Amino acid sequence: MEPPKAQFRRVAVRTGQLATLSFDGAPIRATAGDSVLAALLENGALLRRLEFGGEPRAGFCLMGACQDCWVWSAAGGRIRACTTPVADGMALFTEPQPPIDSQPMDRNHG
Amino acid sequence: MADIVIVGAGPAGIGAAEVLCAEGLKPVLIDEGTRAGGQGYRRPAENLALDMNRLMGSEATKYASLHRRFQALLPRIDYRPGTLVWAIDGNTLHLLRDGRAETLAFDKLLIATGAMDRIAPLPGWTLPGVFTLGGAQAVLKDQGCLIGNRVAFLGSSPLLALAAKQYRDMGAEIAVIADTTPFATKAAATPALLRAPRTLFRGLWYMGASLRAGTEMLHGVTPVAVEGSTHVEALVLRDARGRERRFACDAVALGYGLKPETQLADLAGAAFVYDADFRLFLPRIDGMGRARPGLYLAGDGVRIGGADAAEASGALAAHAILADLGRPQDIEATRALARQVQRLRGFQRGLARAFAWPKAQIAALPDAVTLCRCENVTVGEVRAAMAKELGPVEVNRVKAMTRCGMGRCQGRVCGPALQEIVAAKAGSDAAAGRLRGQAPVKPIALAAAGDSA
Repeated sequence: MEPPKAQFRRVAVRTGQLATLSFDGAPIRATAGDSVLAALLENGALLRRLEFGGEPRAGFCLMGACQDCWVWSAAGGRIRACTTPVADGMALFTEPQPPIDSQPMDRNHG
Repeated sequence: MADIVIVGAGPAGIGAAEVLCAEGLKPVLIDEGTRAGGQGYRRPAENLALDMNRLMGSEATKYASLHRRFQALLPRIDYRPGTLVWAIDGNTLHLLRDGRAETLAFDKLLIATGAMDRIAPLPGWTLPGVFTLGGAQAVLKDQGCLIGNRVAFLGSSPLLALAAKQYRDMGAEIAVIADTTPFATKAAATPALLRAPRTLFRGLWYMGASLRAGTEMLHGVTPVAVEGSTHVEALVLRDARGRERRFACDAVALGYGLKPETQLADLAGAAFVYDADFRLFLPRIDGMGRARPGLYLAGDGVRIGGADAAEASGALAAHAILADLGRPQDIEATRALARQVQRLRGFQRGLARAFAWPKAQIAALPDAVTLCRCENVTVGEVRAAMAKELGPVEVNRVKAMTRCGMGRCQGRVCGPALQEIVAAKAGSDAAAGRLRGQAPVKPIALAAAGDSA
């Protein structure tokens, strides 16, 4: 399969602790200090699917005002991607996950 | 009980805190961001190899100076970064920090919450790859990323040329700079712009830089659509002569000037009046920034004026606080600040005419265009609701019927365009009414809201 198109292009290097997240199960590599939004859009062109009809969305205002970049966490919570820094081991999704069984972390690394 | 609380740590908030500290007061400075500076003067993290001198260009000295002054101020104020004010109830602020809610009572409140881009929708504007113009700059300064490889800049604003220059300098290809205001309208507004020649010169220089770099710059365009299936592939528009033009690109930066973030001022009890130049309802203030007893508004959060005006208006509002506390007045300093604020805001008024909000284009949007991106409401659904027997055609009523403006952004994005769609039916801007602010001004967890009750 063709790799997903990256929406963002990094033009300034960030140094620091590496962090690995998963996004719909796929690994995403980032650096401490990156926002979740930057990390995801350096690796693709999608953050979430709209609740109404499932159209793709990738944020809009990039400054915490429009609320269009919320991604889903494994626990069923939501994270505003543009203002949340990455953390190693974050498991994120474009759509809400079904209610979780006894071992919630398993599905994130599958 | 905190005596004086400032909300917002951009140039206005910092300018105000400085004046208050000089008088021996210790204000609380609340910042939703994690690092002071606000949107325009945001400071990248130390581990990001970004040359801010190059990026800020002619503003580099001011940028460095503001951050130096903030560092000097830090030990003398109660600075609270990463803190959201989500509601105001009488003289109590409701705060959220690290997911925990708390309250803070105040005696004097200065709100300097800045601005965001004003947006006009067009077909395809919800596609991944379309971002606000301010966002395109923010993600560069904050994250060291460009929104795409080949970027189209669309809207009506002098900031289109500025952002395009920053992007070109950082290695992006510029597909086009397309401004909806005709060139003749810009030329006619020039006398008002001469009030702040330094800013005018800078604006012309950025436009000149675009031309020298071979970037196509169009005036008087009519946006047709952003095309693409899962992400942006092209921007289509009609030029001033009516010819359809298609610009291949993978990102679009969209901005029609700035819009004050007035939600907190609204909750704090400011009165609003319609401003025909900016084509927005704006809080009513006196010459120093007083909105009501104990409430002061400064910076781009009350009148768009740019960073210099924001800083001066913050200092001016701080002088108003000192006067209202019965402290001795520095009349000379206050007058000089008032003159500076008036001159710079007058210039922005000229800019608002030179780079006009495209009322007619918005009123003529096709029914199928998404108006509210949170709740997925189309222009046609709003028009259909207004055609029914609703009683008065008014924005808050239309919001209740259609959910347009009721989503998570609280109408920040769709509000101005909704206003125009309703005004086209209601007959006038004032008759269309003003979308009221509601708490929480940004989404918070119900559990957190319960904590503070």
